[in-house]
Amino acid sequence: MSLNTTKINDFVIRFANVNGTGSASANFLFTKAIFRMGIPVTPKNIFPSNIQGLPTWYEVRVSEKGYLGRREGIDLIVAVNPQSMLADIKSLRSGGYLLYDSSKKLHSEYLREDINYIGIPLMEMCNENYTDARQRQLFKNIIYVGALAALLSIEFKEIEGLLAEQFKGKEKLIPANIKALNLGMDFVYKNFKYPLEFHLERRDLLKESIMIDGNSACGLGAVYAGATVAAWYPITPSTSVVEAFNDYSKDLRIDKISGKKNVAIVQAEDELAAIGMVIGANWNGARAFTATSGPGLSLMNEFLGLAYFAEVPTVLIDVQRTGPSTGMPTRTQQSDILEAAYASHGDTKHVLLFPSTPKECFDMTIECFDLAEQLQTPIILMTDLDLGMNDHISPPFVWDDKREYNRGKVLDAEALENIEKFGRYLDVDKDGIPYRTIPGTHPTKGSFFTRGTSRDEYAIYTEDSDAYQRNMDRLIRKWNTAKDMVPEPQLYQKSNNCEVGILFFGTSTYSAEEAMDQINHNGVIVDAIRIKSFPFNNTVEQFINEHQKVFVIEQNRDAQMKSLLMIELQIDPNKLISVLNYDGMPITAENILKQVSNKIKSNLHIEKSKSI
Amino acid sequence: MSYIRPKFRHPELPKNKLGYSVDFYEGALSTLCAGCGHDSISAGVIQACYEMNIEPHRLAKLSGIGCSSKTPAYFLSNSHGFNSVHGRMPSVATGANLANRDLIYFGVSGDGDTASIGMGQFVHVIRRNLNMIYIVMNNGCYGLTKGQDSATADNGSKNKSGQVNPFESIDLASLAIELGAGFVAQSFSGDKTQLIPLIKAAIKHPGFAFINVISPCVTFNNNVGSTKSYDYVREHLDATSTIDFVPEMKEIKTNYEEGSTKNVKMHDGSVLQLNKLAKDWDPMNRQSVANAMMIAKSKGEILTGLLYMSPNTVDLHNTIQTSERALNSLTKKDLCPGNEILKTINAEFR
Repeated sequence: MSLNTTKINDFVIRFANVNGTGSASANFLFTKAIFRMGIPVTPKNIFPSNIQGLPTWYEVRVSEKGYLGRREGIDLIVAVNPQSMLADIKSLRSGGYLLYDSSKKLHSEYLREDINYIGIPLMEMCNENYTDARQRQLFKNIIYVGALAALLSIEFKEIEGLLAEQFKGKEKLIPANIKALNLGMDFVYKNFKYPLEFHLERRDLLKESIMIDGNSACGLGAVYAGATVAAWYPITPSTSVVEAFNDYSKDLRIDKISGKKNVAIVQAEDELAAIGMVIGANWNGARAFTATSGPGLSLMNEFLGLAYFAEVPTVLIDVQRTGPSTGMPTRTQQSDILEAAYASHGDTKHVLLFPSTPKECFDMTIECFDLAEQLQTPIILMTDLDLGMNDHISPPFVWDDKREYNRGKVLDAEALENIEKFGRYLDVDKDGIPYRTIPGTHPTKGSFFTRGTSRDEYAIYTEDSDAYQRNMDRLIRKWNTAKDMVPEPQLYQKSNNCEVGILFFGTSTYSAEEAMDQINHNGVIVDAIRIKSFPFNNTVEQFINEHQKVFVIEQNRDAQMKSLLMIELQIDPNKLISVLNYDGMPITAENILKQVSNKIKSNLHIEKSKSI
Repeated sequence: MSYIRPKFRHPELPKNKLGYSVDFYEGALSTLCAGCGHDSISAGVIQACYEMNIEPHRLAKLSGIGCSSKTPAYFLSNSHGFNSVHGRMPSVATGANLANRDLIYFGVSGDGDTASIGMGQFVHVIRRNLNMIYIVMNNGCYGLTKGQDSATADNGSKNKSGQVNPFESIDLASLAIELGAGFVAQSFSGDKTQLIPLIKAAIKHPGFAFINVISPCVTFNNNVGSTKSYDYVREHLDATSTIDFVPEMKEIKTNYEEGSTKNVKMHDGSVLQLNKLAKDWDPMNRQSVANAMMIAKSKGEILTGLLYMSPNTVDLHNTIQTSERALNSLTKKDLCPGNEILKTINAEFR
């Protein structure tokens, strides 16, 4: 039944577990060992909004070509959760493998003629070899990792090495783990043909790369950016951003002399208070940030409007999840784009950055703090659950020690001394960005009243129409200045040559790049652009103008990025063709290819198109 | 119609130790209704800061939304101010204070801003013991939207249109004591001699200091039948004591008989001299304060003065162990770990 074609370093494995049973660390061990063999690998947690007892999956794609998006079609399932077993068996591709616990006989409904069964008596082996109940549960996981090592040719020394690191200081735990691995391996050696036709071979392709989740990268970025105040409210999937910031601060932010902390982290009573604290701290001259997800962003709207209008630097990391409302809290989506871009009532717009790798999470978090102070406005980092909570292979982080924090236009006591009359909202440099002062700077100069009400150039309350409108127009001048300050998009070609272009951002990048390779492989060429920020730079407008049709790939139902492009750049809606994915799972290249070709067939007639 | 305040001040106005006369502590001209209780409180703040020799730029004024929240514009024009959003002043003050522990944070709110929309933040800023002064200018109604009842309007109180409030009122001072606030006082906008020492003591208190000031709304809630009218409040005041604030090091002289005087030593050595003490009340004992307040309430009286002061207080910075240096004064050198450390962090993820 097995396929005869050998596939090296190209397969998908799914682990079907029960959450709270210790499977996560065993599964991570599996992934990390492959990473250590230098083979591109990408794991995805598909987990419930629950702590114990519900099904959870861990899907690992191995791709020598370096395709790090999700792929459809599962080659092997480790099915150790009876609750989801039936569905798990159904999800396996024809010719795939089912690794299951054969301590009990499989019920007939679990039998499929077109798949292969690898039965390993996990429970029996555990009961024979371990006495402690918790160990019996935990080592079931390690035994299947051992079996997989044999079936897929994972180098044993890599697993050994990882265990040695994991149990450093608790070395007596290592032998029991090695024993469990050997139990699994030996069982495969005795009972099955190995390795499977898809398996691993060392490649050493990853060199300097690291494997880390985006939220940790954001937390670390905030440390490097000099953030000193973080206020937050727990919400999946953003919680680990501030937790990472807290963890790194414990090592990196202790005052050497006093032993006290050069950071203040406060768990607020809700998201409103969290963003309020961030605004208060930034107003008072500290670098402060919060992290949240969709529901929190909704709550923060009013304050974001205040920060926009009163021009207070604010950094917000939005780890997007599946909406609307509570939605699917543990699934991914790019569906906060419009909410974030226009958060709050009245004419408001906010600067957004879109990272797509952990390195960009790190770099752009730092960029957010510089931009927030330079532009004196909220900057929102639009990451998502897939990027934030899953491990990704990424270039390593780099900090240029010569780099200084750009604190923007802040007047110190000396500068104030030399000014005749300070006007908080005067457009001195004609770029829309006024000068600000920090409380406590000067006894008689520079104080002003920050407010969400309309005011004149000297921060004095006014209901004068002209003064109000002057201020609103200056804010747009500032917005236009921002266009040249935010990160530029990535173009995939030297010049735009094709009639069709594709446009994507954030975590859609992995699969979009893979789809693009496929299209190119089929002998046609498309131009591509990856957006990294809003407001859109002129390059984005130019890209769209220079193509007849542009596919806009995004992970939401309502084509929010397309809307934003239409609204902000006055693009003809017919020119932008949406490729959408909104089932809560990361978009796949197959999905993109299917939609692109369907749309071309059904409603596109691109004359003499040399593309697609 | 516009009002212009005469700029002329008597050249011989006395100066405080910093060399500032009282006008240095004034703010913009108030746009509140003539006779508004809030203006008297602003005047009290000006006087207290002048007498305490406070550098205005070392104090930050914060407020929410409403008539009361406008007042920070009317005092201390050399201080930075932040008129934030409705009910959210405590969070903005928290962030500001975390950023720089060296300034004085002076929060002003109203009964709508605190007891309704801002109740959550009020409760939590007390819980965290943020080092700030929190004044509620309490008039029992929403003045800026023309007189609707607020959550502090007393049950049975009649508003201007003759409607009787059918709901129980929220007693903010009792609530603050219940929540563990370290300094709780209550006063009346018409009683400057009591209010000013209370403001001074609140500024000196190194933690959360709450003053609930009954401040009648002359336009919408000063009618017969209202329990927050000038007449009603004057008739039902019951001061716990009279009060003098004695700055640190100054010799204490009392003119009152033994037994009716209590000196409450503040954390920095200043002394609050309480005279004509109410019976069965000890400002350092929470239980006796709670009792006294319940008894006063049952008699329809408004207990004023210092109600409670904790002998021990640990503010938020000390709880979370932040550096003694203001966080906003730290530079890249203090904060950025540098690329060598980043290399070792990278290695942990390989």
